[in-house]
Amino acid sequence: MKILVAVKRAIDYNVKARPKSDGSGVELANVKMSMNPFDEIAVEEAIRIQEAGIAAEIVAVSVGPKQCQETLRTAMAMGADRGILVETDEEVQPLAVAKILKALVEKEAPGIILLGKQAIDDDSNQTGQMLAALLKWGQATFACGVEFAGEELKVNREVDGGTQSISVKLPAIITVDLRLNEPRYVKLPNIMKAKKKQLDIFSPAELEVDITPRLKLIKAEEPPVRVGGVTVADVDELVDKLRNEAKVI
Amino acid sequence: MPERESMDFDVVIVGGGPSGLATAIRLRQIAIDRDVELTVCVLEKGSEVGAHILSGAVVETRALDELLPNWEGLGAPLNTPVRKDRFVFLTERRAIPFITPPQMHNQGNYIVSLGNLCRWLCEQAEALGVEVYAGFAASEVLYDDMGAVRGVATGDMGRKKDGSKGPNFEFGMELHATQTVFAEGCRGSLTKQLFERYDLRSGVDPQVYGIGIKELWEVDPAKHHPGLVTHTVGWPMDLKTYGGSFQYHFDENLVSIGFVVGLDYSNPYLSPFEELQRFKTHPAIRDTFVGGTRISYGARAISAGGFQSIPKLTFPGGLIVGDAAGFLNVPKIKGTHTGMKSGITAAEAIFGVLQGEISNPVEANEYPERLKQSWVWEELYRERNIKPSFHWGLIPAMIYSGIDKILLRGKAPWTLHHRPDHLCVRPAANCKPIEYPKPDGLVTFDKLSSVFLSNTNHEEDQPCHLTLKDEALPVALNFKKYAGLEQQYCPAGVYEYVEAEGKMGLQINAQNCVHCKTCDIKDPSQNITWVTPEGSGGPNYPNM
Amino acid sequence: MAVLVLAEHDNDSLNPATLTAISAATQLSNTIEVLVAGSDCAGAAAATAAVTGVSKVIVADAAHYGNALAENVAPLVVELSSSYSHVLAASTTDGKNIMPRVAALLDVAQISDIVAVDSESIFKRPIYAGNIIATVESSDRIKVITVRTTAFDPVSSEGGSAAIENIDAGADMGLSRYLAQDLTKSDRPELAAADIIVSGGRGVGSSENFAIIEELADKLGAAVGASRAAVDAGYVPNDYQVGQTGKVVAPGLYIAIGISGAIQHLAGMKDSKVIVAINKDEEAPIFGVADYGLVGDLFKEVPNMVAALDK
Repeated sequence: MKILVAVKRAIDYNVKARPKSDGSGVELANVKMSMNPFDEIAVEEAIRIQEAGIAAEIVAVSVGPKQCQETLRTAMAMGADRGILVETDEEVQPLAVAKILKALVEKEAPGIILLGKQAIDDDSNQTGQMLAALLKWGQATFACGVEFAGEELKVNREVDGGTQSISVKLPAIITVDLRLNEPRYVKLPNIMKAKKKQLDIFSPAELEVDITPRLKLIKAEEPPVRVGGVTVADVDELVDKLRNEAKVI
Repeated sequence: MPERESMDFDVVIVGGGPSGLATAIRLRQIAIDRDVELTVCVLEKGSEVGAHILSGAVVETRALDELLPNWEGLGAPLNTPVRKDRFVFLTERRAIPFITPPQMHNQGNYIVSLGNLCRWLCEQAEALGVEVYAGFAASEVLYDDMGAVRGVATGDMGRKKDGSKGPNFEFGMELHATQTVFAEGCRGSLTKQLFERYDLRSGVDPQVYGIGIKELWEVDPAKHHPGLVTHTVGWPMDLKTYGGSFQYHFDENLVSIGFVVGLDYSNPYLSPFEELQRFKTHPAIRDTFVGGTRISYGARAISAGGFQSIPKLTFPGGLIVGDAAGFLNVPKIKGTHTGMKSGITAAEAIFGVLQGEISNPVEANEYPERLKQSWVWEELYRERNIKPSFHWGLIPAMIYSGIDKILLRGKAPWTLHHRPDHLCVRPAANCKPIEYPKPDGLVTFDKLSSVFLSNTNHEEDQPCHLTLKDEALPVALNFKKYAGLEQQYCPAGVYEYVEAEGKMGLQINAQNCVHCKTCDIKDPSQNITWVTPEGSGGPNYPNM
Repeated sequence: MAVLVLAEHDNDSLNPATLTAISAATQLSNTIEVLVAGSDCAGAAAATAAVTGVSKVIVADAAHYGNALAENVAPLVVELSSSYSHVLAASTTDGKNIMPRVAALLDVAQISDIVAVDSESIFKRPIYAGNIIATVESSDRIKVITVRTTAFDPVSSEGGSAAIENIDAGADMGLSRYLAQDLTKSDRPELAAADIIVSGGRGVGSSENFAIIEELADKLGAAVGASRAAVDAGYVPNDYQVGQTGKVVAPGLYIAIGISGAIQHLAGMKDSKVIVAINKDEEAPIFGVADYGLVGDLFKEVPNMVAALDK
């Protein structure tokens, strides 16, 4: 079986994003970029599945500008066997990414597609579900545990207030949550080896995918500054206000 | 250690700053030119090249012109030529313009982000075939049986706080090389070990340092004057403390503002961080920043000893370049050009020894020889007496400097000497506590919200990289006698004296560290040793 | 045009999160219809019909809708969607799971996690973990939206009397099966998913003292968090940490106890709906963001609060 794993190049999670001063977007000039942390977990899971002898090949895919090659090289240094970059300098929104991935699935015929549950830049949390819809596959989102059982996958999912387990038929989409695993460190010699692994590049047009954005960014701004409220005299007043004014308990 | 894997290179360079990258670029240029095989590897502890780079910076292009004459065509990020130099003496309320000292003239120089210049140099290096590995800290020097350096090892990854192996533990790698170049920058942690091991500092002055604290602002376009360079001396420093500010207007509405304090300061209550905040409240300074946004913050120690503090530069198996050796020209407030030139010179010397008969151990003796013939040596020699004269205080130093510079043209028949910074601090009982103003949240800020903007982080569950030789000493000595000075000098809030259950203790918030190395320098009993944390830990400076 | 809201429920009752999605819907249309897809879900349908502002409840009752599997629910929503301008759901795990599947089947974008409705096609949503608010405009014919529950005041669950219309169920796609649920009701919830979080800082003083934080948390059914200072001091393990390098949380209620409120901590919890601060230092920055501040000794006030909650 082959695993396709999608990786996005996003702002590094240590870096604080800020809007451009004219509000036209997010300031990304010379800002450290890395692989989206959820995607790192997806790559790690793919490698563990391969190490368990269930998958034969891992193909990492990224969509975006030329620099996404670095992200793919990181995935390959972790253990992915080869990479595919669908290169474009245009903005690619989740629906378009899902369509691109669908076109690649038709070429590659993987048995499982692993994705991070969301990217830490646009926080959309859509691509995996959209890809599953387009492929008419089952989806196991927010995975915190993955187990193989014949033609099915048993997946534990992080849901509000606890966990849930479902079973999905293969082929299937898995989107991964934080607790699934802890990604391995990339080893230095593997970075060197990754430079020699196969990396194919396509354009969206070659895959016949229209990537025209459907959502237009009108403004990016800092959230309103929170201001302090009232001081209460004692806990009785506090509990009363929480119950009757804020209605949160 | 059989568990560790190893890789072999001709040259391994520790540190992806301007001098390390210049060494790498020059080595590969010569190799390509002569059509010989030569493998060059650069290790960088930051998450990427540029992540740990912090500088003013006004750059003189002399070395860059020599290294990559076509830098403009290659898209080097030198976008803002200096248009105007101002040198100002501040009193608490007034700003008195002075004649700019000759060494501080900046015609032909550029205001840059040194981090971005390094990112660009890294691209050039990689295009020439240099292997650059960011996110790997060289944590150990490797020696061969004959006592020569044979490379470095990167730190283990995934060790837990107590030193045991975590679930993802990986041993570090050994990188073996015929020549290992140490380009760690000021107060390099491995360079410090080499000084001892090969006695490289015998016969030279102790190195002395300054700490530079910098903020990057996006200001109101109406207040932005691209190319304007302003330096100040005087307030808020007292006349006995060496320090001054810089303000550079560059790119799109960006202003770099920083304050440098000599680490030979004596009052343990002094906080370099607060001095920068206080400085920004000066009536002649504040207005530029009103209505602007602070984008980034960081700090870094710089070597200030100059000529008389340059150590022996080579040893069997390797050499030292850049500010790790102390090539900063303090009166000129520049070191990128000298650092890069030292790298270029080292590369040429290394190439020479690698091509000759390789007799073990190899020492690139030609490197210091060539450097002494170069403009670096002449430049540093000329300025050598200015910084030490500031021991007499600001006014006598400025008078002396005028005489030394203008009348004697740097050729005074004497050389003034340095004292180690950590010996300069006086007991708190003999000093006056300093009352710093409260932050206003608009132009001035507290320390933690500043550190926030450095984007610094360290994997939490790892051994503390700020090590104490004696755990009891901070409370027994620093807290009792020196008013817990590390709380003041640390620009990142790493050190905190906390009372818990009636007992005072030193809490080390290692996660906050911005790798400035001030604690390693200034601790009065040299009790703190800064070692490399897990690779890619530390600040993530954008555009610094 | 009418707006469709996808209800979240457990077949018997309506999840209150849906009330916030309906609240957002009221800003888009006067005609709000709610889809209840479930199994033996008459109870949930009746509860939905009673919600203020709901015009009609559409019920699809079949065994394969019992556990809100996206593969089965999404086609049903798509089937209905042509008569609506907008399709909304609360941004819960179910909403986040189902709605992008709906959007892709409709060949439209999804607008995730909106916090404000500017017009019928312009919305505000947080990006970069809430550090930036993006205003986005959709050009799609149907807007598929998930709603951040803490950003809208819930509509009343009473006072309505909507008609209930039963529709035929779609097919069971057979792509996935529900196996089990482990909702840790008795234990403390996970930080990231908790509705209420009680956090302690260095002011708590020791690992043992954290018991009083835990007691309050258990009383409220809340998760326990901590500031970095408390983690660094070794009072609690690292995975308790709320803040920039730990977890970013946005619960309905965040109670900060003995936490001064360094920016690193504020960055991790400032999107909480209601913030309470208990601290003896009235100058502590945490009071600058707290909706309710109580200046006092936590060792006295926290046990008092536990007692007050019993009243």
